[in-house]
Amino acid sequence: MLKQIEGSHAVAEAVALCRPEVICAYPISPQTHIVEGVGEMVKAGELQNCEFINVESEFAAMSVAIGSSAAGARTYTATASQGLLFMVEAVYNASGLGLPIVMTVANRAIGAPINIWNDHSDSISQRDSGWMQLFAETNQEALDLHIQAFKLAEELSLPVMVCMDGFILTHAYERVDMPTQEQVDAFLPPYEPRQVLDPADPVSIGAMVGPEAFTEVRYLEHEKQMRALELIPQIAEEFKASFGRDSGGLVRGYRLEDAETVIVAMGSVLGTIKDTIDEMRTAGVKIGALGIVSFRPFPLAAVRAALQGAKRVVVVEKTFAVGIGGILATDVRTAMDGVSINDYTVVAGLGGRPITKKSLAALFEKAVRDDLPSLTFLDLDWDIVNKQLEREKKKRRSGPVAENILRDVGSSHVAQHS
Amino acid sequence: MFEVRIHGRGGQGVVTAAEMLSIAAFEEGHHAQAFPSFGSERTGAPVVAFCRIADEEIRLREPIMNPDALIIQDPTLLRQVDVFSGLKKDGFILINTKNTFEELGLEEYARDWPADRLCTLAAIDLGLKHVDRPVPNVPLLAGFAALSGKLKLESVCKAINAKFSGKVAQGNVAAATEAFNLVLARAKDRNKEAANA
Repeated sequence: MLKQIEGSHAVAEAVALCRPEVICAYPISPQTHIVEGVGEMVKAGELQNCEFINVESEFAAMSVAIGSSAAGARTYTATASQGLLFMVEAVYNASGLGLPIVMTVANRAIGAPINIWNDHSDSISQRDSGWMQLFAETNQEALDLHIQAFKLAEELSLPVMVCMDGFILTHAYERVDMPTQEQVDAFLPPYEPRQVLDPADPVSIGAMVGPEAFTEVRYLEHEKQMRALELIPQIAEEFKASFGRDSGGLVRGYRLEDAETVIVAMGSVLGTIKDTIDEMRTAGVKIGALGIVSFRPFPLAAVRAALQGAKRVVVVEKTFAVGIGGILATDVRTAMDGVSINDYTVVAGLGGRPITKKSLAALFEKAVRDDLPSLTFLDLDWDIVNKQLEREKKKRRSGPVAENILRDVGSSHVAQHS
Repeated sequence: MFEVRIHGRGGQGVVTAAEMLSIAAFEEGHHAQAFPSFGSERTGAPVVAFCRIADEEIRLREPIMNPDALIIQDPTLLRQVDVFSGLKKDGFILINTKNTFEELGLEEYARDWPADRLCTLAAIDLGLKHVDRPVPNVPLLAGFAALSGKLKLESVCKAINAKFSGKVAQGNVAAATEAFNLVLARAKDRNKEAANA
């Protein structure tokens, strides 16, 4: 059924259709509306056989999720930004124990400086945590990926993060096609755990493992993610057969036929990138895009195949590794090992800075001419940067960077407090 | 694609207005995308929300920088924020005020813009009258529907009922209906004047 609703609400409804048995979460912007949505459904009795557990922190949220998942309940939680960081120890435990929890990450920047707006720093910081990570391009895909995520997680007994851009998707009202309960029930069977705490057949979960077997346990985690590389496209195929929509999969190409320049990105920015590409295609530029849906496991072969004929690749990413540069770009480079291709990293949209079609068009035109440095910070204001560098050179005690810069740009909320 | 930017203050239902606009457009079979400016939502602070309406899927995720229409929910913003930034030539401007464009110091728009693109509406009064709250968003939304001819009153009322229920919904429907008819009647008067001139 077509609906015009908020992204968060669409995800809450989709999660409810998956019949979770335990939901535990702690509110944090921009994830809050999702958890409020499922909470209301539990309270109103629309979501039956489900316990909504209020917890005192994100660390508790993931700890409760671990417990309930180990007890055999289909378990869901959601977080963002500092909330994800606060639960990290338990995040690693969930994957290490092989518990198929599904968690929405409403992507938001990480402080300091504190910033509530969107970028991908939070989920990317958990890149190596052992969780699978799927990135949604639209609210329709966010909704669809949650339904697929439970199936994927439970088949492999491994947790999945569904990552959706905070505010840009979570707070956007747009059209979504909401499946029926019958459709979701037919696609997603009841949870049948591969390991469970059952008094009738007692086991313990969470043994200490020494050097004699730790490597093997960890390798098996990797092996599961390698299996996911086959399972994710299969699930996307099944999903298409049931729901009639292309959603999920490992990667998705756009106008890649004969493309000499390929833009690689994740999440909602792909929409603006596609609009930019359409205009450049009309002007005769051979350019296309590759959206990465599955960031973990990273689909090396699929990326390599998609970029095979291209002359250059521009990776646009909403986070970066301080001290080296691109993160997604590094993975893309690994995929292209031994292939001659010019590669460029572009860091864009940090802390909610809008990524505009105008800036992307100028950037891509430079890339097409191979006139880009290997690392670019899109729309970086050099005047602001240089002013602060000058200040630091002149005076040892030059003050806190964020406050200095906010005063320079005349931001009103600092003026009030200083 | 038709792009609307709504300016107001925290507490005036700016974000809700954009969301309702998208629901009304959806009800008429359009694709629509509404989103807030993602600031900290403090009561009284300037707030911006956006709505795109199109007949194909909307993929663009940038803020609206060149709107086809502006809805200004609080005239005191005119002295604080560059609300007209990027407005397309001859774009619609609807302002919540009891004053005229001239009285607001907007003579240049009154002079240079086609008269059928400009409208002022005492939306707070309508909010107080029908909902007992000084919230201008719904009357302005209905006024915008009438001014632009983009949406039927019926669709605006459907959007109201999607967002509110009971007495609040009823009051808002009444406020929307009065605002819609008021703006339409004014357009008719203007046409008559033009025909007689």
